[in-house]
Amino acid sequence: MSEPIKTDALIIGAGPCGLFAVFELGLLDIKTHLVDILDKIGGQCAELYPEKPIYDIPGIPLVTGQGLCDALMMQIKPFGPAFHLQEMVETLEKIGDPLFRVTTDRGNVFEAKVIVIAAGGGSFQPKRPPIPGIEAYESTSVFYSVRQMEAFRDKRILIVGGGDSALDWTLNLAPLASHLTLLHRRSEFRAAPDSVNKMMALVGEGKVDFVLGQVSELQGAAGQIAKAIVKRNDGSNFEIACDALLPFFGLTMKLGPVADWGMEMKDGEYILVDTATFESSVPGIFAIGDINWYPGKLKLILSGFHEGALMAQKAHRYVYPDKRLVFQYTTSSTSLQKKLGVA
Amino acid sequence: MTKINFVDHSGQTRTIDVENGATVMEAAIRNAIPGIEAECGGACACATCHVYVDEAWRAIVGEPSPMEEDMLDFGYDVKPDSRLSCQIKVTAELDGLIVRTPERQA
Repeated sequence: MSEPIKTDALIIGAGPCGLFAVFELGLLDIKTHLVDILDKIGGQCAELYPEKPIYDIPGIPLVTGQGLCDALMMQIKPFGPAFHLQEMVETLEKIGDPLFRVTTDRGNVFEAKVIVIAAGGGSFQPKRPPIPGIEAYESTSVFYSVRQMEAFRDKRILIVGGGDSALDWTLNLAPLASHLTLLHRRSEFRAAPDSVNKMMALVGEGKVDFVLGQVSELQGAAGQIAKAIVKRNDGSNFEIACDALLPFFGLTMKLGPVADWGMEMKDGEYILVDTATFESSVPGIFAIGDINWYPGKLKLILSGFHEGALMAQKAHRYVYPDKRLVFQYTTSSTSLQKKLGVA
Repeated sequence: MTKINFVDHSGQTRTIDVENGATVMEAAIRNAIPGIEAECGGACACATCHVYVDEAWRAIVGEPSPMEEDMLDFGYDVKPDSRLSCQIKVTAELDGLIVRTPERQA
């Protein structure tokens, strides 16, 4: 086991609520680390709707998903939060009163006095395409991400999809592959125009095949695919011989391991919390934002901000059990302004 | 009020009355129609409110916009009659509309 990373609070999820929790905790001198499965900060705002407008943030008539995340990053900068991206929490163990040990899929170990779950709809996972029996090939010859490009050298690769991931990996893997086919259901792409142009150039040079259609069946044995049966848009079929299939159909949200951490849940989907503290049924574990439930819950970013503010008050009692908390305003408190670097 | 029929993957039909101006997705969520998830809440950003429009209704409902076509790339089992229900506005013209929900949304 690697050396534990010690922190006051571990925040799971770097979406808007997780980010604002850094601010509220920071004002109370509580240091934070954040873990997020995405490769970027911002959660759903950055992954699902970076360019889409948000109209219901108090005092900000219009901001995009990405704009809100960027502004929150500026706001929390004084507190120096540490981010651990592309990393998923796996296990949680209570080792003190309260002290938790959390492990991740990257082998990191955190020791935190409080846990703040701000995981929204759960962790983003790749979507599995509707191909019967695809599970039998997953992680042996069907992959939803590329961790090591070398593993694909001299292989016949079939990439499916029309977004940035499909295009990026087509461009990156084409030089290594013995043969690469890009399959998409239409001739338009939802990807950076530059990537599309580069891909078309490779097609022109005969280095990549671009084919219209959808995979309807996989054939192979013992986890190794041999060929994909592809249905053209006119209903006719043909085969593509391949050693590896990489489907890129975007991401969906799944609750993931937090469901097994012993907290009382609502409908198996949401973490039940006390509305005075946003603490779960396990003392020291809090839940804010879309992932929690209480009577009257609204899945609004502004509700998540409120929840974070109240959560921080209770978290303070665990992190500094002997200190009395005096409620202060950032407008008038010199000590808070010092923390923000403005006094 | 406009009647919309949702046929689920098993073939069961649920008919609801919808106020004109709402989207088919909003109507489905308000009436707890199974098979529509709408993870992103109607921003045309997730493709989990995917439906198949009945052949007889395709011309009236119309084709997806380019932005919607882009999102449909991430839909589950997309077909020529696929639409995202958050992008279909209910009007009196759609009275009796039949849409089918796919086996899964993701």
